[in-house]
Amino acid sequence: MSDQTSTAPQSRLAQAWDSDFAYSFRRSPVAVVSFLVVMLLVLSAIFAPLIAPYDPFDPASLDLMNGFTAPMAANDFTGDTFWLGTDDQGRDVFSTILYGMRISLFVGFSAVLFAMVLGITLGLIAGYVGGWVETLIMRAADVQLTFPAILVAMLIFGIAKGITPIEHQDTMAIWVLILAIGLSDWVQFARVVRGATLVEKDKEYVQAARMMGRGRGIIMLRHILPNVLSPVLVIATISLALAIIAEATLSFLGVGAPPTQPSLGTLIRIGQQFLFSGEWWILLFPSATLLALALSVNLLGDWLRDALNPRLQ
Amino acid sequence: MLTYVIKRVLQSALVLLIVGLVAFSMFRFVGDPIDNLLGQERTDADIARLRVELGLDQPFPVQYYKFLEGAVQGDFGVSYRQGRPVGEILLERAPATLELAAVSGFLAISIGIGLGVFTAIRKDGFLANAIMSISLIGVSLPTFLIGILLIYVFAVELGWLPSFGRGDVVQFGWWSTGLLTASGLKAIVLPAITLGLYQMTLIMRLVRSEMLEVLRQDYVRFARARGLKARTVNFRHALKNTLVPVITVTGLQLGSIIAFAIITETVFQWPGVGLLFINAIQFVDIPVMAAYLMLISVMFVAINLIVDLLYFAIDPRLRTDGKGAH
Repeated sequence: MSDQTSTAPQSRLAQAWDSDFAYSFRRSPVAVVSFLVVMLLVLSAIFAPLIAPYDPFDPASLDLMNGFTAPMAANDFTGDTFWLGTDDQGRDVFSTILYGMRISLFVGFSAVLFAMVLGITLGLIAGYVGGWVETLIMRAADVQLTFPAILVAMLIFGIAKGITPIEHQDTMAIWVLILAIGLSDWVQFARVVRGATLVEKDKEYVQAARMMGRGRGIIMLRHILPNVLSPVLVIATISLALAIIAEATLSFLGVGAPPTQPSLGTLIRIGQQFLFSGEWWILLFPSATLLALALSVNLLGDWLRDALNPRLQ
Repeated sequence: MLTYVIKRVLQSALVLLIVGLVAFSMFRFVGDPIDNLLGQERTDADIARLRVELGLDQPFPVQYYKFLEGAVQGDFGVSYRQGRPVGEILLERAPATLELAAVSGFLAISIGIGLGVFTAIRKDGFLANAIMSISLIGVSLPTFLIGILLIYVFAVELGWLPSFGRGDVVQFGWWSTGLLTASGLKAIVLPAITLGLYQMTLIMRLVRSEMLEVLRQDYVRFARARGLKARTVNFRHALKNTLVPVITVTGLQLGSIIAFAIITETVFQWPGVGLLFINAIQFVDIPVMAAYLMLISVMFVAINLIVDLLYFAIDPRLRTDGKGAH
C-alpha cells in the first residue's frame, strides 16, 4: 500500500477532521447551520453576564421610567435606547433573553443528563441482570409510557411543590423542574440501553470478562456501557430539544421557573399579557429565540440520527 | 385471542390500581390540607374539627379504603381551594374539554388524512412539497406558541375570532354545549386548531408514508391496469390498507389530545378540566390533582385497551388464532 507509507502520522484533530462522521457533517448544510446556531445561543447564554448590557436582576439598574420602550427607539422620558426594547418594568428585553436562555438551557441540559444517567443505569441493570428486576423496571417504564411526558412532569412538579415549604418554593423551583422533566424522560434511554445490553451481553468479550472473574458492576460499566452509547447520544440530542420545549411549556403555564428567575417560557408568559396592548416585542423576541433554539437542536438531532445509522451509510 | 384479551384487561386493571395508589399517596402525604384550607387566623378547635370532617384522624388503611370507595363512585373529596366537591367541579368542566377534544380530533383526522392522501398522490408536486415543509415547522413549534400566534393573527390583528373563553353555552341537564350558538362556534375555532395541529401533521405524515408504500404494491398496479378510476384505486384500494397504523397512532393520540388540552385551555382561558388542573397545581389543590390523575388514567388505559383490541377488528390476519398468523 503506497499511500499508507506516504501519509505522515496525523494529529488526532486531523484524524477527527478526516473521519466519516466529520465528512458527513461538512456535507450537510442543515447540520452545519444548526450547529452554528446552537453554539451561538449556548455561548451567548454562558457569557450572558459579559454580553448583556444590563443586569435584569439588579433592581438598582432598573428604571421604571424606561418601561415599554420600543426596540431601537429612544425612551420618551429618559432618552435611553434598547436594541430589543424593554418590558413593563423597564428591563432590557435583550438582557432578559440572554439570562432566560441560560436558565432554559441549564434546566434542559440538567434534565437530560439526569434522565440519561437514570435511564442508562436502569437499562443496564434490566438488560444484564434480568429476572424479576428486569420485569419490575420495564413494567414501570410501560406504565409511565402510557402517559404523555409533559403530564408526568406537571404532576411531579405539583407533588414536589406540595412537599417543599412555601418559603423555599421559588428557590427550589428550578431544581424541581429538572427533577420533573428528567423523571418524565428516562424511559426512552432505559429501553434503548436494555435492548442494546441484551445484544451485547452474550458476545465473546463479555463472556471473556466474566471468565476473568470481573464483577457485574465492572462488566456493565467498563465493558458493556461503552458499546451501547451511540444510540444514547442520538436520543439525548432529541431529548434536549424536547426538554427545552417542556421547560418552556411548564414555565409558560406558570408551573415552572418563577418570575424571579425567568426562563424563556416565563418571559413568553409575561409577554403574552401585552399582546393586546401593542407591545409586541416583549413577546416576539423570547418566542423567536425559543423557536430557533428548539428547531436547531431538533435538526441537529435528526442529522445525528442519520449520520450514526450504519444502514444509511 | 381470548387469552390475549384477558391478559390485556388484567394488565390495564393493574395499571389503574398502581395509579390509584399514587393518587392516594399524594392525597395523604403531600402538604397538609389543614394548612391549605384554614388561613392564618385559625384556632386549635378549628383544626380539630376540620381534621374530623376530612377524615384525617382515621388510620391509613381506613382512609385508603374510603378513598377507593369514593373514587369508584366519582367522589374525590372536597377541593381545598373552592370548598366544593371535586366530582361536581369536574362534571361541570368536563363538557368544555370533551367538546374541544372532539372538534380538534375531528379536524386532525379529516384534514390529516385528506392532506396525507393528497401529498402521497402528488408526491413531486409543488403544493405537496410546500405542505410537507410547513408541516415540519408545525411539528417543531411548541403548542402554546401556535396558540399565541393564532391569537395574534386572528384575534388581535384581524379581529375575526375571540381569543378567550367559550362564548355563549346552551345547557342540557348537566351538559353544556357551545356548539349550538354562533359565539360558541366562533370561540372553538382557534383552540381546536391549536390543539389539533400537531396531531394533524402527525396523521398526515403517517398517511403519506403508508400510502407511498401501498401505492407501490402489485395489487394497486393491477387495479390500475384493470382500468379502474384513479379515485377508486386511491381510496378503495390504497387508503383502506393504510388504515391499521393510522388507527393505532390516532387512538394513542386521543390521549395526548386530552393531555395537551391543558396547554391549549391555558392559552385560551378555556373553562375546561385542563385549566382546572393547572390551577390545582399552582395552588397545590391535591384532591383536584388526584381526581384528574385518576380520571385521565382511566381514559388513557381504556384508549390503549380499545386500540389494541381494534387490531383484531380491522386486520383479519390477526384473528386467526395464535402462531399461524405471523
